[in-house]
Amino acid sequence: MEHKRKHWIGLLLLLPLCFLACYPVWFLCSGSLMGSVQLKDALAPVLGSREGYVSFPVMPLYPTLRHYVALLLDSPEFFQMFWNSVRFAGGILLGQLCVSVPAAWGFARFEFLGKRALFLLYLVLMMMPFQVTMLSGYLVLDTLKLLDTRWAIILPGVFSTFPVFLMYRFFEGIPEALIESAKLDGAGSWQIFLRVGLPLGSSGILSAMVLGFLEYWNLIEQPLTYLKDKTLWPLSLYLPQIGLEQAPEAFVSSVAALIPAFLVFLAGRDYLEQGIVAAAIKE
Amino acid sequence: MRKNRKKNGYQGLLFLLPSLLGVGIFVLTPYLDVVRRSFTSAIGQNFTGLENYRKIFENTAFQLACSNTLRFVAVCIPLLLLLSLLLALLLQRLGKKGQWFKQCFLFPMAIPVASVVLLWRILFDRHGMVNALLNDVGFAGRDWMNSSSAFGVLVFSYIWKNLGYDIVLMLAGLSSISTDIYEAARVDGAGEWRIFHSITLPNLLPSLYTITVLSLLNSFKVFREAYLVAGNYPDDSMYLLQHLFNNWFRELSMDKMAAGAVVMTLVIFLVVLILTKTWGKEGHGDGT
Repeated sequence: MEHKRKHWIGLLLLLPLCFLACYPVWFLCSGSLMGSVQLKDALAPVLGSREGYVSFPVMPLYPTLRHYVALLLDSPEFFQMFWNSVRFAGGILLGQLCVSVPAAWGFARFEFLGKRALFLLYLVLMMMPFQVTMLSGYLVLDTLKLLDTRWAIILPGVFSTFPVFLMYRFFEGIPEALIESAKLDGAGSWQIFLRVGLPLGSSGILSAMVLGFLEYWNLIEQPLTYLKDKTLWPLSLYLPQIGLEQAPEAFVSSVAALIPAFLVFLAGRDYLEQGIVAAAIKE
Repeated sequence: MRKNRKKNGYQGLLFLLPSLLGVGIFVLTPYLDVVRRSFTSAIGQNFTGLENYRKIFENTAFQLACSNTLRFVAVCIPLLLLLSLLLALLLQRLGKKGQWFKQCFLFPMAIPVASVVLLWRILFDRHGMVNALLNDVGFAGRDWMNSSSAFGVLVFSYIWKNLGYDIVLMLAGLSSISTDIYEAARVDGAGEWRIFHSITLPNLLPSLYTITVLSLLNSFKVFREAYLVAGNYPDDSMYLLQHLFNNWFRELSMDKMAAGAVVMTLVIFLVVLILTKTWGKEGHGDGT
């Protein structure tokens, strides 16, 4: 009986916090379905056209898809920024697949001179916030004439060392016996990597991709620093520029930006968890 | 076992080669250039010794940004660790249902910064939803973004975004503690608090350490929300090192940026060294 009661106290504490965690999505979705009149009326105090405080309705009074249609039909900038974001995230992740996966395999499965030092270097680089490498990144992109191009965002992202470290953790866990038996079958290093490493380390690769996507869908610092040309900006920089005067557009495009991240989260939430854990705790 | 791995050492380097080349070109070489620049003047490239370092440490914006960043970390990290530990302990007891809650808490990680900024604006406006709520229960509202309360908004954003991440880590740490110890303690008649104090906490300590460092590193990303909500020059209370670097960059103060980057590297390097020490204890590293 006592145990049951404790259960309830726990739930009472958890439910409001869960609400807090998920409320933004409800807020954005219901706002995006509201008619212009209701939305304008609700936001009037913030817009300065009425005294008092905002009381945001829980539900749209007359739900409408009109703003979505408007976004789809006549907002070319939105699509451009959306595709910019897709290109950045897609380009970086694709590059990481080609570069970081083999690198992680190299660290996890081979011994060579200087490995310890190199690994420490990768670890340190992974820890550095963007501000530390901001100037060096600028200098090299300037020298290579890549500033104000998509590559200014994609290339430095591809060589991020975090995915290497993360996948290393997964590759390291593959039992040596499996690799030995592949060797006995006459497989070379490259074949072992492709036929044993990739399939058995796939959850590590997926974890890195899910975490990576959530990171690169939110690029702020890099484009802000390396891209002056606003037509190259990702959605994450463009969205906040839509003022509250254009509230319907702001809501609808916020939901549109949320959808890809939401789908990745739904499909990859187990990998997301594995990825978070693998970076911190040694099994 | 390791003998076999050693034999084909050069092949390991081949696997690493593309990554090493990229890291060398895009990170290491330019970084060395930054270190060199930190000892030279902005124009003319004359060697000036520690002049740049003296300049940034005397810079009031740098002092403000440093103290804010430190304050932010000192408030957020303990708060986040405590909250996530508490919630993880709760979720662990809930069993299957806990899984559902855990994903609920993880969800903010997936909500793009740019989308949430819209809500933040409406929540924390002078006439916004938070003040509406405060007003209803009889408190005076305040201008959240343009007063020292902006710091509180920043703390809230960080906790909101990172709570799920830390709960997942805490749960993983908790589940690695053997259930045998708990059962033995219960048989001996130990109470809840005693069990937490003498078993859970000491066994969680190694994980707690890495969780702290990861939370610390994630704390730098709070700049995204801060910048998108409040721009280049937010209220003084939330002016962070990230803002300062961004502004130095816009002013093209390469000398200050270079010195600042080196100082920041040193501080973080210290943290990492401590971190690898603890990871080392668990047998991590190059397979030794």
